Amino acid sequence: MIATPLFRHLFPALLAMLLCVAPVAAQQPSAVNPTASSVTEKQLLDALKPNSTDTIAGRVSIPDVRAGNLIQPTGVEFRAYQTTTIFQVGAIAIPGMLALLALFYLIRGRVRIQGGPSAQTIVRFAWFSRFVHWMTATSFIALGLSGLNLVFGKTLLLPVIGASAFSAMSQLGKFVHDYVSFAFALGIFLMFVMWVKDNLPALRDIRWIVQFGGMLGFGHPTADRFNAGQKLMFWATILGGGTLAVSGYIMMFRPVSFAISAMQLATVVHGLTGVVLVAIILAHIYIGTVGMEGAFRAMGRGTVDLNWAKEHHSVWVEKVARKRPKDISGGPAPAPAE
Amino acid sequence: MARMKFLCDADRCIECNACVTACKNENDVPWGINRRRVVTINDGKPGERSVSMACMHCTDAPCAAVCPVDCFYTTADAVVLHSKDLCIGCGYCFYACPFGAPQYPKAANFGSRGKMDKCTYCAGGPEADNSPEEFAQYGGNRLAEGKLPLCAEMCSTKALLAGDGQIIAQIYKERVAKRGYGSGAWGWKTAYKEDIAT
Repeated sequence: MIATPLFRHLFPALLAMLLCVAPVAAQQPSAVNPTASSVTEKQLLDALKPNSTDTIAGRVSIPDVRAGNLIQPTGVEFRAYQTTTIFQVGAIAIPGMLALLALFYLIRGRVRIQGGPSAQTIVRFAWFSRFVHWMTATSFIALGLSGLNLVFGKTLLLPVIGASAFSAMSQLGKFVHDYVSFAFALGIFLMFVMWVKDNLPALRDIRWIVQFGGMLGFGHPTADRFNAGQKLMFWATILGGGTLAVSGYIMMFRPVSFAISAMQLATVVHGLTGVVLVAIILAHIYIGTVGMEGAFRAMGRGTVDLNWAKEHHSVWVEKVARKRPKDISGGPAPAPAE
Repeated sequence: MARMKFLCDADRCIECNACVTACKNENDVPWGINRRRVVTINDGKPGERSVSMACMHCTDAPCAAVCPVDCFYTTADAVVLHSKDLCIGCGYCFYACPFGAPQYPKAANFGSRGKMDKCTYCAGGPEADNSPEEFAQYGGNRLAEGKLPLCAEMCSTKALLAGDGQIIAQIYKERVAKRGYGSGAWGWKTAYKEDIAT
């Protein structure tokens, strides 16, 4: 260390004497700033603000060109999403929906068949429709639970069952999530094909929505095969499920051309759509089971009570009576559908 | 205990990739994974700089924050490590990491990533220090032997520094003061929320 300054002072003088040039030339190193045109981390981070999806990229000599992203600032937003946003949205949407449904049950109680059970039934869903519905439903429950585990498990389950048990369970959940997704996506596709023609908006849907389906006692609005509430559920399922499938397969197969920001977006869309759809489906499960007398057997046995059908789907019953009278059967009133 | 950090002096890095090779050899890093890489910015243009980048072992690490199974832990030396036994290969840490450090061996079908792999600061994993089990999953554990990461130790121009953050920051400051320029400690602002005033 002591030798260095001495050398530094002597060197220009020696050099000048040797080369017989003016000492000024020897001061060149301090006159030129080699970093003048080079970028610094701070410069790049400043240039990337605010909320830019750009990355600080350069060239790498390894085959994976994406490794050339030196710093990706959107990771900060992804972190905020993963640790806060999805957690809060889920924590509000799902218990919120359960609370709403409980409140609705307390106020309205079970929606009964006003005319009481009749002796007649009407065919509502053929076996294939029911098969597709239950395939989609069971896979959605598996997907929903394994998905929610990734959002809430760390907080709710991990402290209870311990790290290795929770990891083993989550690993299994991830495999289930990946593989069962194919059944779910197929189900969404088939449901769309089967039921889209009965779920197109109609004028009478406006009246149904205004009267809230007659559920609060403003008379029973007319409906075709599906009423406005069911149509909304159909489109929420198709659009939500479709979004989940598309974003999920992006996450699963990770197309090479997709930048990391696109992958982050797919993950965010997938998570938010997932928790919202779980909340929506809770309402569907409620009204299909405890919420309404005579509703479950539509997807259970495939037939419904004629009085139930007349109350909820008057237009549809008329059409069936006209076109397929065989679908309406007389006979003793069946046992209650629970 | 020391707060271990990496510092790459971009004005010294000559992109020889010896750090990459040293890392791969020392830790038996699988094919397709580079725990460390050298990125050249403004390649072929004035102001070209190369930066050797790996896991920076961040303060308040984003990978650990987003991990759904909590497989990350920070050692007493502030090295961010993870357990491959707990990792489920979800990929979230890769999306949260500012430096692209977490990588996956893509070992199985249908998008399964396998267990995440990243720079361990040559400090292995949760298994017993320098046990065969530790080596098989995470590579060497030089830190347990009192040595620094091999990438920095092998660096031919001493561009890549590893060690106690305060000491390597001081070395960098002295360098900048002496030579009169310095394009900054890459990644420090992002990883450690601080910069080296020069």
